[in-house]
Amino acid sequence: MSLDLICPAGSLVSLKAAIDNGADAVYMGFRDNTNARAFPGLNFDAAQAAEGLRYAHERGRKVLLALNTYPQSDTWTRWTGAVDQAAKLGMDAVILADPGLMRYAVRHYPNLRLHLSVQGSATSYEAVNFYREHFGIQRAVLPRVLSLPQVENVVKHTGVEIELFGFGGLCVMVEGRCLLSSYCTGESPNSAGVCSPAKAVQWKDTPAGLESRLNGVLLDRYGKDEKAGYPTLCKGRFDVGGETYYAIEEPTSLNTLDLLPEMLKIGIAAIKIEGRQRSPAYVAQVTKVWRAAIDAVKKDAAGFKPAPAWQAELNKLSEGQSHTLGAYHRPWK
Amino acid sequence: MQNLALPPQLVNAVARLPAAPPSLAFSLAANRLLWPALKTLDWRPLAGRRYAIRIKDLGLSLRFTVTARGFAPDSGAPELTISATARDFLLLLGRREDPDTLFFSRRLVSEGDTELGLTVKNLLDALDPEVVLHRLPAPLAHLARRLMAA
Repeated sequence: MSLDLICPAGSLVSLKAAIDNGADAVYMGFRDNTNARAFPGLNFDAAQAAEGLRYAHERGRKVLLALNTYPQSDTWTRWTGAVDQAAKLGMDAVILADPGLMRYAVRHYPNLRLHLSVQGSATSYEAVNFYREHFGIQRAVLPRVLSLPQVENVVKHTGVEIELFGFGGLCVMVEGRCLLSSYCTGESPNSAGVCSPAKAVQWKDTPAGLESRLNGVLLDRYGKDEKAGYPTLCKGRFDVGGETYYAIEEPTSLNTLDLLPEMLKIGIAAIKIEGRQRSPAYVAQVTKVWRAAIDAVKKDAAGFKPAPAWQAELNKLSEGQSHTLGAYHRPWK
Repeated sequence: MQNLALPPQLVNAVARLPAAPPSLAFSLAANRLLWPALKTLDWRPLAGRRYAIRIKDLGLSLRFTVTARGFAPDSGAPELTISATARDFLLLLGRREDPDTLFFSRRLVSEGDTELGLTVKNLLDALDPEVVLHRLPAPLAHLARRLMAA
């Protein structure tokens, strides 16, 4: 297994768009806060999930279920119920972050394949191997904080398959440990399933520009022709020491097409595309580009060069002003 | 997509219309042409809320609510206003563009109740285009297929 293309599905229509455009697997969530894209009207009920599995399996593709938020003691059974449902439906794997839930899954469904979510925040091979020894995880999604040589070091020292993010919105890079939005809303992404609960988000066109607020806190004010971003606290512009700027993180998108030959060489098992909250149009467009790119790099890694048309298509879909190679390519360590 | 440009005479004529007749015309037309395809959706979270679609280049504001029997014109203050050009609305309808993409580039503006806006977006995204096309009147389905394939 090498460079499998894992695409997001927020609905059955998106799932079909991903499969039809060449995804090797899709990942989805149930319609509650057991996953980190708990938006109103998004995601799958049991019947839709069953239909999605049928559609994917008939075409030889896989479906992974994201159960990657952290259960609270009073809602523990919602998460274990989701594991039960996943096993019953025949999910190809569940993507978990919480060790308690992993133990539940292993004890009740020893044949259910487990992936360690990016929300698990495992950045070293020791951490990845710990999850392997205790819960038998077969794949780990690495947080977007490591440089490629660091990723390579993890791959060399573990039997666990490694999945990397390839494209999409960037996180503030403390995945699984971020409490920023709970500062404004009282709801942390790791337990409530979203960074900015929609009910707390306000957009307003003002004479000074388009303003986004989270529970009344001003996140950003966009000038007339400035590209907008998602209304998350981490990507806001703040007044720090008399200067207003992206004090935490700029709203750029990750795009690692350029790094595909290295990822192939290192032995990366799978590339994940972010964006379960996006529409079927996005899923179709981004899947098509990445399918073509992965096929091209597998055919001729030495001669691989991303087509300008691919980059243009991906840039158009990006949040923020530009794309970045993220930490994978940072010169500092 | 050049052929989607609107003749200026039409723009001028439409912009001079008062708001109420277009909202009524929109509701009547939508009920007749689209509701058979849309009524299969679960509209419960959206029923009774007040919406406005603002087609910027036409200077047109369509205000309506949704009931169990379809769309109805509404003159109250909208809880959710979605603004874009006619061309961009057509691109969205044809599934040619992603709403977040248009939103990032400021071509699509959503104001009012964000949660309601997301619910509408996700409800429409989950709509299987083949099911919709199947239930549209034949000439409209033909037009829609051309739009989606253009």
